[in-house]
Amino acid sequence: MTTHDDPPPPSQELPAAGAATVATRPSSAPSPQRSGERTATAQGAPRDSEVATPASAWRLGFRTFTENHLATAGLVLLVLLVLFSFVGPLFYHTNQVASSLISQNLPPSGSHLLGTSPEGRDELGRLMLGGQSTIEVGLGVGVLATLFGLVYGALSGFVGGILDAVMMRVVDALLSIPYLFFVVLLAALTRPNLLLVIVVLSAVSWLSTARLVRGETLSLRTRDYVTASQGFGSRAHQVIARHITPNLLGVVVVNGTLKVADAILAFASIAYLGLGPPPPATNWGELLSAGINNLFDGYWWQLWPAGLLIVVTVLAVNVIGDGLSDVVEIRLQKR
Amino acid sequence: MKQRILDVEHLRTEFHLRSVNVAAVDDVSLTIDQGECVGLVGESGCGKSTTGLSIMRLLPRSGHVTSGRVLLDGRDLVPLSEAEMRQVRGRAVSMIFQDPMTSLNPTMTIGAQVAEPLVIHFGSSKKAALDRTLETLHLVGIPNPRERVDDYPHQLSGGLRQRVMIATALAAEPKLLIADEPTTALDVTIQAQILDLLDRLREELSMAVLLITHDMGVIAGRTDRVMVMYAGKMVEAATTDELFAATRHPYAEALLQSIPQLTQDASARLPSIPGHPPDLSRLPPGCRFAPRCRYASPACVEEPPLEEAAAGHLVACFHPVGVLPGSGAAAAWSAPGAPSGIPEPPLPPATTPLEPSGAPSRDGDPMPPDAATRRLALAAAPVLVEVDHLVKEYPVRGGGMRRRVGSVKAVSDVSFGIRRGETFGLVGESGCGKSTLGRMVAALERPTSGTVRLGGDELLRLRGADLRRRRRELQLMFQDPYASLDPRMRVGSILREPLVVQGVGDRRQQWETVASLLDEVGLSRRAVDLYPHEFSGGQRQRIGLARALTLNPRLVVADEPVSALDVSIQSQILNLMKALQRNHGLTYLVISHDLAVLRYLSDTIGVMYLGKMVELGAADDIYARPAHPYTHGLIQAIPVPDPSIEKAKRSAAVRGELPSAVNPPSGCRFRTRCPLAQEICAEEEPPLRGFGPGHVAACHFPLLSPSADQQAGGAPVVSVTSEPAPGAS
Repeated sequence: MTTHDDPPPPSQELPAAGAATVATRPSSAPSPQRSGERTATAQGAPRDSEVATPASAWRLGFRTFTENHLATAGLVLLVLLVLFSFVGPLFYHTNQVASSLISQNLPPSGSHLLGTSPEGRDELGRLMLGGQSTIEVGLGVGVLATLFGLVYGALSGFVGGILDAVMMRVVDALLSIPYLFFVVLLAALTRPNLLLVIVVLSAVSWLSTARLVRGETLSLRTRDYVTASQGFGSRAHQVIARHITPNLLGVVVVNGTLKVADAILAFASIAYLGLGPPPPATNWGELLSAGINNLFDGYWWQLWPAGLLIVVTVLAVNVIGDGLSDVVEIRLQKR
Repeated sequence: MKQRILDVEHLRTEFHLRSVNVAAVDDVSLTIDQGECVGLVGESGCGKSTTGLSIMRLLPRSGHVTSGRVLLDGRDLVPLSEAEMRQVRGRAVSMIFQDPMTSLNPTMTIGAQVAEPLVIHFGSSKKAALDRTLETLHLVGIPNPRERVDDYPHQLSGGLRQRVMIATALAAEPKLLIADEPTTALDVTIQAQILDLLDRLREELSMAVLLITHDMGVIAGRTDRVMVMYAGKMVEAATTDELFAATRHPYAEALLQSIPQLTQDASARLPSIPGHPPDLSRLPPGCRFAPRCRYASPACVEEPPLEEAAAGHLVACFHPVGVLPGSGAAAAWSAPGAPSGIPEPPLPPATTPLEPSGAPSRDGDPMPPDAATRRLALAAAPVLVEVDHLVKEYPVRGGGMRRRVGSVKAVSDVSFGIRRGETFGLVGESGCGKSTLGRMVAALERPTSGTVRLGGDELLRLRGADLRRRRRELQLMFQDPYASLDPRMRVGSILREPLVVQGVGDRRQQWETVASLLDEVGLSRRAVDLYPHEFSGGQRQRIGLARALTLNPRLVVADEPVSALDVSIQSQILNLMKALQRNHGLTYLVISHDLAVLRYLSDTIGVMYLGKMVELGAADDIYARPAHPYTHGLIQAIPVPDPSIEKAKRSAAVRGELPSAVNPPSGCRFRTRCPLAQEICAEEEPPLRGFGPGHVAACHFPLLSPSADQQAGGAPVVSVTSEPAPGAS
């Protein structure tokens, strides 16, 4: 990074700039010359007070986020859901592997807090297990699709020209294939596992992110600060990393949280169709599907808790996205 | 006594922000009579637009009129319901806005938009509305209204759109027209036409007009009375002649002095107001202008009442200036740069003027010594930038296969040179190609043909890493201080970025450079940890200037560096640019539509018209002895803040609008708008001819007689700033 042989050497540059400082200071800042006069202090005051005290970006971001009460509630809920799914099984031990014909479809009781499933497994334990895969898929797809869509879209939009045209036609082509077709095909060819589900859903989900990012990049790349950066010799990847990507954060973060919610719902519908990972692995969508099968038998405990958890998780993620968009919008932050 | 149309009494408008309530308009009273034009002037954020919106009751959701009355024809508008107010808007009061691009609906024909108020207020039939629409369009000077009535806004030029906007406002013949910066987005030549139109309409329809503007020149020429606002308060109100002849409030005085004048002594510093307008949520106690006022005294912690200083002349100040007749700001205009521009205050609590107004002129010598030495030094300096037969054309594609159907001739065969240490000003209307030319000089755009050389090398010949390394030699300064800084980077990172990109110095040295740059542009070192949005427009422009200087460039290309700033801030930046040029030996290419700014900043000025350089010469020559009728027209069109001058010129100096650059007129491109045009102008393109040392113009019928010995012809004009002319006095 450091090239000392560059003319002019910085060691010479600095004293020169310093000397110039002494010469300009009185003319550009009016106050110091007339120190001692009452008005001079009056003018000196706003010059300092106009500059607020800096605070760390993280603390500022946290403060802005907590100002959005809904988002804070969403975050608390999501943390609770994660604890429920991942930490819950450590305290609430159930056998989720073996099925038991004796304890089929039992209503909630002391030994089974939320009753049992059609296979006779404890329903609450099943919700915890299902929560793990559901949250993993949601976050995994959200992150994967957003990252790939961001890079793809930013590159396409920033470089432009033929590359842009080709890249965007690829997106258009992929968008025209119904994603359930993919899923059915893959389920027929292979034995679905969680990783495969994440990859397939991401492969579908990044397309709209890429389009969104590309459009935003088209407008960002004509901004004056991008021109300025090119003006002092930045390369394309430097401009994308330093100016384009940070300014895309707002849309990308919000879009990413929507992707998480979408992925959870999509996973639920895949599982509902019986195309998800086979039992004993489970997820909320599959539980919902089983619950609906027994809807007319009055086994409410198999339907409502799973449905409720999906709705609550998706809502929580969405309001968190709203709060995050406040955080990344630096101009809204107060000091 | 004419009928009183509008009577605003003690109006107070508050905005409810997240945590505080701020009074954007605080105890403002004003009256307007029938057929009268009242000006409301002040810097951005002073509450002048909010006053207009309060009268219309069109405030944003967070704003409310909290006290006071707005009497329109004796009827108070404040307590009216929204439904009743709708009956008033457009019929009794109309408003026109600044930007004709956004204030017309792009999906409706202009005819439908003009007819809209007629249908709403009178329930006119289609036929009646159309007739009235045509009549109104004719009234606002739209040629062939019958053909134009079905056009959409994008088919019209900016000037025509503003005329349509005025037509929609006038269709229902309101008694009061509120014009909020009606010409700020337009070129000076078009501005003069629109202001003429407003004047004529006011007389014909005997309307009352409230003209809201930041431009003292517009105020001087067009208004009967003026009110000056500062931070939500009315600080001075008088008849226009009185206000300019005997300014009383220090703010109004300082505002007038900080406008660069065409008659300005370019070697003197511009007087400027230090600091910037206060944050309305954290107002200083007492007089709001006191922290920036050169006459402030301990008494100013009390709030000065708005009192009558002379008959009909209200002023809110404990230390009004110019109490002696004949002194005051108006006197300063007749003797530009002279120290008499700052009258002695009646009470001497702090008598030192804030900014020196420049060296006194000696024995009527028109050129102060340092200006003369500067000229001599420049004449000896080597040429840094050579622009040779530069052409830029953008293809226009159309038809089924996106064939090339023509081209926009943005820059057509322009040649000039800039010497090291010189400031070259490029002036012209928007669309004349000056920004394109600037981008080509800054090596951001490749010319269609022709060359740009920097220090003898053609930068755009270079590729990749070589070009990127040479980019440090030329830097850019932008117009919009809000768009030119990355909102997500702290100021420190913004200023360090060029050094990081070019790999100059190590981390510690880079931060030292940043700190010294901040000192140099007059910002606190604590700025490094802040984001751009935490600064005012003027401060951001300082940051932009500092960033341009981080790499110690040889050439700075500044595209409209001050046109987005308030006048008081504008003069601070202009002074800073001059100081930095002296200290760093910078060469500037300054692009501006404002001839007065360029006249102050530049050594040499090039006038562009529709892609052509029509006149080129020393700044003094261009102003004092323009050879090209277009240059003359541009100078005439600039509003001067002096009522006697401004009211004397009664018609727009340049007619019509800029023709399309896709099919420029044959021969001389200016001929379609030129008062002197004859047949030869359409047939033959005028060559550049010499009119004195370094002064060339392309015109068949120049306003000066060309010097016989100089035949610049089509040759590249490189020697621009030559020795000072013997007869320059």
